[in-house]
Amino acid sequence: MSTSVPETAPQRAAAGLLDPQLLLAALPDAVRKLDPRVMVKNPVMFVVEVGSVVTTVAAVADPSVFAWAITGWLWLTAVFANLAEAVAEGRGKAQADTLRRARTESVARRLTDWPAGAAEEEVPGTALRLGDHVVVEAGQTVPGDGDVVEGVASVDESAITGESAPVIRESGGDRSAVTGGTRVLSDRIVVRITSEPGRTFIDRMIALVEGAARQRTPNEIALNILLASLTVVFLVAVVTLQPMAAYAGAPQSTVVLVALVVALIPTTIGALLSAIGIAGMDRLVQRNVLAMSGRAVEAAGDVNTLLLDKTGTITLGNRQAAEFLPAPGVDVGRLADAAQLSSLADETPEGRSIVVLAKTGHGLRARARGELAHAAWVPFTAQTRMSGVDADGRQVRKGAAGSVANWVTGHGGSVGTEVTALVDGISAAGGTPLVVAERDGGGVPRVLGVVHLKDVVKPGMRERFAELRRMGIRTVMITGDNPLTARAIAEEAGVDDFLAEATPEDKMALIKKEQEGGKLVAMTGDGTNDAPALAQADVGVAMNTGTMAAKEAGNMVDLDSNPTKLIEIVEIGKQLLITRGALTTFSIANDVAKYFAIIPAMFAAAHPGLRHLNVMGLHSPTSAITSAIVFNALVIVGLVPLALRGVKYRPTDASSLLARNIGIYGLGGLAVPFVGIKLIDLAVQFVPGLS
Amino acid sequence: MGATPAGWLQAIALVGALALCHRPLGDHIAGLLTSARHLRAEKALYKAVGVDADADQRWPVYLRSVLAFSALSVLFLYGLIRLQTHLLLSLGVPEMEAHQAWNTAVSFTTNTNWQSYSGESAMGHLVQMAGLAVQNFVSAAVGIAVVAALVRGFSRHRTDRVGNFWVDLTRISLRLLLPVSVLFALVLAANGVVQNFHGFEQVTTLSGGQQSIPGGPVASQEAIKLLGTNGGGFYNANSAHPFENPTGFTNLLEVFLLLVIPFALPRTFGRMVGDHRQGHAVVAVMGLFWAASAVLVTFFEHQHSGSALQAAGAAMEGKEQRFGVAASSLFAASTTLTSTGAVNSFHDSFTPFGGGLTVFDMMLGEIAPGGTGSGLYGMLVLAVVAVFVAGLMVGRTPEYLGKKLGGREMKFASLYILTTPTIVLVGTGCAIALPGERAGMLNDGAHGFSEVLYAFTSAANNNGSAFAGITVNTAWYDTALGLAMVFGRFLPVVFVLALAGSLARQRPVPASAGTLPTHGPLFVGLLSAVVLIVVGLTYFPALALGPIAEGLH
Repeated sequence: MSTSVPETAPQRAAAGLLDPQLLLAALPDAVRKLDPRVMVKNPVMFVVEVGSVVTTVAAVADPSVFAWAITGWLWLTAVFANLAEAVAEGRGKAQADTLRRARTESVARRLTDWPAGAAEEEVPGTALRLGDHVVVEAGQTVPGDGDVVEGVASVDESAITGESAPVIRESGGDRSAVTGGTRVLSDRIVVRITSEPGRTFIDRMIALVEGAARQRTPNEIALNILLASLTVVFLVAVVTLQPMAAYAGAPQSTVVLVALVVALIPTTIGALLSAIGIAGMDRLVQRNVLAMSGRAVEAAGDVNTLLLDKTGTITLGNRQAAEFLPAPGVDVGRLADAAQLSSLADETPEGRSIVVLAKTGHGLRARARGELAHAAWVPFTAQTRMSGVDADGRQVRKGAAGSVANWVTGHGGSVGTEVTALVDGISAAGGTPLVVAERDGGGVPRVLGVVHLKDVVKPGMRERFAELRRMGIRTVMITGDNPLTARAIAEEAGVDDFLAEATPEDKMALIKKEQEGGKLVAMTGDGTNDAPALAQADVGVAMNTGTMAAKEAGNMVDLDSNPTKLIEIVEIGKQLLITRGALTTFSIANDVAKYFAIIPAMFAAAHPGLRHLNVMGLHSPTSAITSAIVFNALVIVGLVPLALRGVKYRPTDASSLLARNIGIYGLGGLAVPFVGIKLIDLAVQFVPGLS
Repeated sequence: MGATPAGWLQAIALVGALALCHRPLGDHIAGLLTSARHLRAEKALYKAVGVDADADQRWPVYLRSVLAFSALSVLFLYGLIRLQTHLLLSLGVPEMEAHQAWNTAVSFTTNTNWQSYSGESAMGHLVQMAGLAVQNFVSAAVGIAVVAALVRGFSRHRTDRVGNFWVDLTRISLRLLLPVSVLFALVLAANGVVQNFHGFEQVTTLSGGQQSIPGGPVASQEAIKLLGTNGGGFYNANSAHPFENPTGFTNLLEVFLLLVIPFALPRTFGRMVGDHRQGHAVVAVMGLFWAASAVLVTFFEHQHSGSALQAAGAAMEGKEQRFGVAASSLFAASTTLTSTGAVNSFHDSFTPFGGGLTVFDMMLGEIAPGGTGSGLYGMLVLAVVAVFVAGLMVGRTPEYLGKKLGGREMKFASLYILTTPTIVLVGTGCAIALPGERAGMLNDGAHGFSEVLYAFTSAANNNGSAFAGITVNTAWYDTALGLAMVFGRFLPVVFVLALAGSLARQRPVPASAGTLPTHGPLFVGLLSAVVLIVVGLTYFPALALGPIAEGLH
């Protein structure tokens, strides 16, 4: 464990910055990784290491400035590759340290015969087993992962989420999960432990961010195969070159041949490949998302269909009052006033939104309840579905259309066709109509008008969905609303499709149907009934606020519990692949310039015509070969920030993305080394023994 | 008419004819590869050999069928050649040595048609007709059968069946190669290509000298020699011989024949995968390389630095006067780009860069347009590599025609692109390192090296043309080049069929705006760049020591 990481190692390190301290800390690790048993896992860099050994032997046997210069830079190439990986891992380790501090040894108060009695015993947290029950009170640390089975408490989860505001955890429902290492701030809860010691959420997090659990992803394996085969081709090309060179009367020294091999094999991408993968996972961690496997991150880039819950993801959590529609002959101000008055006792978010709309739309100050003398408040209940106030002989009511209509007709009034038309119009448009009525001094009630409640689509969502469409991703809104309502919101938000009156089974069926057609599906979920769908989806992001079952079923957990983040996750997945592709292209394109540096250096003596290939005008054969190798090593260091940060991703269609990346990394990869090698040669030619 | 306009007109006529045939021929091949109907003659044949024609094979079975058929072909041909002195129509040719018979048997079975012997003096009519000509048909058919299996890998979903080799082989031979060859054999015969059973005729020339003139069933063999991208000449001089290729018209016809199937197969591909644009992209890349090579070879053959060349106005050494530079260059580029290997002029005598280009054409892996079938499968494997790298750059697991390119697919594609360069470079390296084999070179220096490089490039890529100059009828070269041909043909076939199997198993991924489009100019440019870079990087050092060193003075 790297303990030299500075105390200030940020939970969310700024991405891509090469902290010199982090570099220094990674250096011993980088040297340690030269162990051939480690290196052999990366065929490209293993060839470099073997080459370094060979040139070292050659340099000892036949010392020259050139031989030692090449040898030194070959070793540096191998070290730089390890350094990239070590730096990427170092960032994870810093985070793991923070987490480890949260995993302090805790004492658990195990209930021995729960729920029958309250007998408890003190055991170390590590002794807890699956299915044990423990009690946790204010000020104590939750000893392990579990579900609250009794009580409600506010919990500080900052150790895991970095979010200092406490959250409520209660038994039953979808807010029951507690994580080991978090602290109960108030009240008392009984928790049923759901994880074995050492396999807790925080343990897995530590393993993940440290990269200990890192396995190569399918795509990384495929790329590795391609790189290995290119390495073999170049090895063959160089090994067979020697007899050809001997025939031409220009046999080459071992040092030169090794230099040619290292220059040609795709060292740039070979050196940075694992750093790119680690950094990709890390980028998710920076955004407070934990991916349980690299495979899941890759799958995120491939997603074809996003299933998004309407509430909280596409729309703000609750419906809000959008408009007051007065009945004929009623002033809108009067309606607004009555609506506000009747909503003061309505603590639901919808009720509060009416108070706010009356204030912002009609300049009506929200009155405190105490301002009205002798007022009898009628709070909103699920049974009456109405709220209101009785004051000074005047009764004001507001509520669901049917409930208020019953109240009005029950007292001898009538609703009127115009109001009914308004109500139906709002329903048809997907909104919720609330009717406001009043009754003066026991007279006949009169309907004042209708409040239009509607879902408010989060700002910017329409644009996000348009972006996703350009990326080729279809969005499907999942909602429990009726189809009419769902369609209206779907149109307003600009999603491609919707699933109305959705049950967990419907959701599951939709995922299976999409997968049947070869599509990859991503979704978010938090409830226990989401668990099967989360498990079935290719990318299932569980909310940290959700149940343990959901967190176990998904392959990612969002610590911020922000379902909109699914879109960012997709982008990170894509960015990971793009970075690999871009650096592969760059690496291969680099070879062209290296040939123009090395081939004339090797053979211009035997075939003078080949000096024309020295288009860079390099000073001498030794300076040319040295410059190519120095460039080859330095370009790895130069690209470490890019590998860690990732290639910039723009949501657009595949063609323009490809054209752009080929332009930058393909053509750039052709041109950059010509300039770089020339510049290095300008310096190297003054080194005695190399000119 | 001047030489240059005539050259241009020939090229335009050729391109027009190829374009005209692209669609009907490609559709015809697609039809015969997908049809459920058997001809009566075919049914009889299947019954005789005991093949269940309606049962498709899994890829390992398909592969075993290819290998078994080819192994039997080698054995049969070897036996026939060795025993020909005891058989009919042997014309009294001497018995062929074992190593040369092995080389020849392998050469015709692998569609290489490298000839270390001289046709008129080593082969009787029986071997020519019952041995070599038969292989001209079936070795071409094997290539098309293999690519058919690969294309089915793309077009079929969630199956382990890639087709039935015996049905493919039979249909391609009977419904495609045979009728077209008969037709063009007649056209060639009508235009002066000989077709008889004469042996050597002694004639007295006008000046009173004695000359021995060989006859033979040439026209019938000539058509399939080109149509099947075989290239093995009836006579040693191949298509430079006036009996094989008498006039400018037959010359153009021969170039047409060797290009027509390889350029039609992308249409077959597009049709079978249900998207003609995919075929267009592939044919565009092939056409681009072919056109560039033809133009460049012609250009270099018109560049002349020596005084003799300047007097002649072009590099005429090794070229037939009746064809001229343009038609010779067009033939050279076409034959080396198609794995045909027939020649109407001698590449050894080309200018360094012109001759170097013919080597480079073969190094491309015979994919532009390549041999019958083998050209398309080579190009599709390179497309897989191109799609893989480019697909990453658009941020998705790369997919080609709806099939994901994962570890398994990349393993086979990587092994494919690894195989041929390894054979070429190891073979050349060994030959050049062995003092005894070096002696076979006609020239010394860079040109001598080019001769050896050419020989192994030609053998491993199953081209079969020779740079001449080098003496290859030694036990070492016969054996080594024979091995190069076997490995160069069948290792790629193994990887292609394995790839086909792994593609066919997959469930297709629907295309979306995020999918890399594999048609259109961007992809054509990308695939061309991948072809150039992969080949260029592999062979650059060897080329630098041969043609480039010779050309840059």
